[in-house]
Amino acid sequence: MNIQEFLTIFISAVFIYNVILSRFLGLCSFIAISKETKPALAMSFAVMFVIVMSSIITWFVYRFMLLPFNLTYLRTISFILVIATFVQLVEMVIRKFSPQMYRAFGIYLPLITVNCAVLGVAVLNIDMFFVNGKTVAGSFYYSLFQGICVGLGYTLAMLLMSGIRERLELCNVPKALKDFPLAFIIGGILSLSFMGFSGFKF
Amino acid sequence: MKTLIKEFTKGIIRENPTFVLVLGLCPTLAVSVTVANGIGMGIAATFVLLGSSVIVSLIKDFIPGRIRIPCYIVIIATFVTIAEMSMKAYSPVLDRALGIYVPLIVVNCIVLGRAEAFACKNSMASSFFDGLGMGLGFTLALILISGIREFLGSGQLLGHTLIRGFEPIFVFGMPSGALLVIGLLLGFFNFLKNRKT
Repeated sequence: MNIQEFLTIFISAVFIYNVILSRFLGLCSFIAISKETKPALAMSFAVMFVIVMSSIITWFVYRFMLLPFNLTYLRTISFILVIATFVQLVEMVIRKFSPQMYRAFGIYLPLITVNCAVLGVAVLNIDMFFVNGKTVAGSFYYSLFQGICVGLGYTLAMLLMSGIRERLELCNVPKALKDFPLAFIIGGILSLSFMGFSGFKF
Repeated sequence: MKTLIKEFTKGIIRENPTFVLVLGLCPTLAVSVTVANGIGMGIAATFVLLGSSVIVSLIKDFIPGRIRIPCYIVIIATFVTIAEMSMKAYSPVLDRALGIYVPLIVVNCIVLGRAEAFACKNSMASSFFDGLGMGLGFTLALILISGIREFLGSGQLLGHTLIRGFEPIFVFGMPSGALLVIGLLLGFFNFLKNRKT
């Protein structure tokens, strides 16, 4: 466990393998909620929070429940259940303690359960930081840090996209390309520019 | 019988899950680098869709309305695990190529969407044909996208070189190529629809 490792995780999760633009996780929300900056930002924070918490919870579930009892094939079922329950719990807590925050976040929370990014990061953590059924040294901190970085990458992509689409509202675009098709094409160009971080190999 | 055929055919073009409903895009874009991957993903998703539609339509009367979504997710996750394990056993190459996108079929909106919108209201037979049609539509969309990407990105189709001396357009094999292809395809279908009306 050293600084270098953390730096590698940061750069690769935020830029090189950006969760949306290069891994295509959480694409539905990226296209659907990126019309304006404000809701996009609220959604990003909600997603980031859930990703971080779920990478902590799923690490513990995998390390102390699935591994010791040889139940690793139950990974998908147990992770999605844990995530769904956790999101439900968060929704209930927020509704009780901060109605204002609930109004800002509330509608996005149920959507997060089926956001591929959350389950994707949980599965990715397990694939990367557990080798042959054994924990890599410091794997918990790596998982936690990867969760935070993926959340940051998601926020970055959401902000860029919503900023561009806000401007685009004022432009005169071909009728056939309005909304979805254009959003995909912009995403493609953004993703092309993010490819620069990994460098070209010919 | 006639309605069953209608349930089957609607998923292929009229309500195509990828191009008309715009659902389940994450796996569509991520695995469509080669046609072989696209077909593998399509078959796995069709299997999950069929299994979960049939089971949900069979036990729909026993599921309390308030906790139906978690119930559906457990059913779907079970079928995904079956698909994942059989893919690991019979086709390790495909499993390695698809990577984390196999477990991610759980959160594919098409599967949950069909359970919520169709299977929980209809009989087993029509849910079966609905699932089959939607799965086929998804697979065909994947084949179309991955065919375009594989041909332009590497000049091949299913691993066979088609045109000698074709200079591949590298970007179509990269993630950004997927977004460009689907954006332009959606635009093209919109264009056709606008011209018809």
